[in-house]
Amino acid sequence: MCFTMSGYAQTGQPRKIPKHTDQMMGFYQKPDPKNVKHPDLTEYFSPVSSSVMKPDDNGFIRRWLLLEPFKKPNRSNVVFVDSYLKANLSQSSYPEVWGYQPSDGQKVKIRTNKGKETLRWHAFDSKLFNVKLFRFASGLNKNKYGVVFWGYTVINAPEEMHDVRLAAGSNGASCWWLNNSEVLMLSGDRRMVMDDGMSHRITLKKGKNTLRFAVINGPGMSDICVRFLNDNGEPVKNLIITTK
Amino acid sequence: MKKIYITILLSAFVLNMKAQVGTPFIHDPSTIAYCDGKYYVFGTGEGGLISEDGWHWHGGAVRPGGGVAPDVMKIGDRYLVVYSVGGGGLAGGHASNVMTIWNKTLDPGSPDFKYSDPVKVANSDYDEDCDAIDPSLLMAPDGRLWLSYGTYFGFIRLVELDPKTGKRMEGNKPVNIAIDCEATDLIYRNGWYYLLGTHGTCCDGPNSTYNIVVGRSRQVTGPYLDNVGRDMLKGGGKMVLSARKNKIGPGHFGRFVEEEGVEKMSCHYEADFQQGGYSVLGILPLLWKNDWPVAGKQFQEGTYEIASERRGYSLELAVDFVRMEAGFRFWRKIDENTIKPIDNQRLDEVESSWPKGKISVRTSDYMDRPNQRWTITAVNDSVGTLGAPYYKIQIAGTQRTLTATADKELTTEASFSGKAEQLWQIDQLTDGTYRIMPKAVPGTRERLVLYSAGDSTPTLAPFDMKSDNSKWEFLEKE
Repeated sequence: MCFTMSGYAQTGQPRKIPKHTDQMMGFYQKPDPKNVKHPDLTEYFSPVSSSVMKPDDNGFIRRWLLLEPFKKPNRSNVVFVDSYLKANLSQSSYPEVWGYQPSDGQKVKIRTNKGKETLRWHAFDSKLFNVKLFRFASGLNKNKYGVVFWGYTVINAPEEMHDVRLAAGSNGASCWWLNNSEVLMLSGDRRMVMDDGMSHRITLKKGKNTLRFAVINGPGMSDICVRFLNDNGEPVKNLIITTK
Repeated sequence: MKKIYITILLSAFVLNMKAQVGTPFIHDPSTIAYCDGKYYVFGTGEGGLISEDGWHWHGGAVRPGGGVAPDVMKIGDRYLVVYSVGGGGLAGGHASNVMTIWNKTLDPGSPDFKYSDPVKVANSDYDEDCDAIDPSLLMAPDGRLWLSYGTYFGFIRLVELDPKTGKRMEGNKPVNIAIDCEATDLIYRNGWYYLLGTHGTCCDGPNSTYNIVVGRSRQVTGPYLDNVGRDMLKGGGKMVLSARKNKIGPGHFGRFVEEEGVEKMSCHYEADFQQGGYSVLGILPLLWKNDWPVAGKQFQEGTYEIASERRGYSLELAVDFVRMEAGFRFWRKIDENTIKPIDNQRLDEVESSWPKGKISVRTSDYMDRPNQRWTITAVNDSVGTLGAPYYKIQIAGTQRTLTATADKELTTEASFSGKAEQLWQIDQLTDGTYRIMPKAVPGTRERLVLYSAGDSTPTLAPFDMKSDNSKWEFLEKE
């Protein structure tokens, strides 16, 4: 179980109790924050190298520009219904993310619940098939819970590719745009599952294709995985992934 | 496996069956354990539940140490209990210890009831990619003892314990076996290791989206793949159980093998609407389809045809076949203007011709006649069986009741008296068919079941999972 929500019924007694009780805590002692060592960002990401980046052996895309997360707290992840995502993760809700080619180190001002926040884009290669957004945030000492992440990458196709699908999984809810058109939405309290959701059949044009995502999560460990599959369900690997 | 149809034939006795009765309120239940004639299940927070019959549950089980989501397993003549303390996002952190303790008995009233001192067998730090809660035990067929633990925060991990001491095997290193699930349970069957996990939202009552998924592996260390080949380390998992009618958010799978062919799975439902939306213990038949576990169905009251798996003949009162008035019909010279529906034979047209006392039963081809329709009703004021009440089986529209006899045969009596030979245990078997068993047979302590001695001859005999003679279906008819 994960104690992110309200209390629960005790055994044999239909009543609710506060979530942090001695019964559950036992002899656990909360550590002194000064002594807590967080995993280092370099365990999960490396700076974008000069080498050509293709999808990995399973087709997962690992080179990304990631925007530092900003707070958007919700009590529960089950609020991330379709209409909520359309209203809160749309192009119009964050125009600061759209309409330009982001670059490593670029700063943008985003209107958030706390007013205007200055956030920075970071270019990284993920060391894992799944892009651990949670560790991106914790590694930069940013908020990890109740946040929105934005990501951007460029898919360079050697030729026009028809009838491919974007296959993505995310923790938590997410929206995906290819060449500025929404192609996939994963609503609800999501776990990151490989090939969880698929876009309709889409076309990758020859040359540059921009891919964006937004992930919103409350409690929990945010991450995404994404790849393109051909009409036979096989991963598309003859792509070059860049941040420019 | 045959596709099983379970649908009500005539009248719908829509019963919003509770998951369990009594006070079965629990969260994060352990596997059910059986000790000295009683069933025990432990949960998060404090103690656990006890049941004498497996259907009526109440508080009273005792487990020290607090913490969350324990598991229990009998090893030799002792019980090993495992639980976690800390983690789970409590106080914002994921530092947790997994502890084991032993006891000779689970009965708090026994003079032998005494837990050993807890031993730490696994742990997670405040912010590593693992949260060492929700532990679960597996005794592999080679006698090695394994422990899985973890939650959504990072990896599900596997370590090996010493089955003699309950301690961690010296030098053993954790193995990552899954991500993005919690409340795992490992089981073994037919050459496969299975990793059950819970996906979805916990702890939000009727809004909880908890559901139980599974992957399997030939090695205990994985990889655990789902039915389309996805590794659980990439989020894979095949559904075992999601919400059922008025019971939402199943999680924390546990397996209980009663005997070959008769298995149950336990879980909690985050919300049982019949019980105030509180979290309760759930027990369902556990089926196996192509070597995948599938949650069976809690038997629903209603009126059914009871068909033998042996031939497909149906249980019926051994009374005269009564011809319907509509006689021979030929397809030639049909005046379409004269075609009208005809009524099926009614009970009141034939019942008066039946003997008043005991009437035997037989099996025959189904004709949708009154002597072939059986109404099955839960006997709620009696004790139950593991996960279900006893049922009475009566000819629809009458009180005529299927009854086991002292000569190990079957009859029907004109009324229901509540005696043991009129109470029937209905178990959905691992292949989806059903076992029908009287609570007791007069004059013997043998456990006998409804059995096809011949195509047309039902009797009582010992259960044999390998024989279709022991199996029955409750069939939907068009």
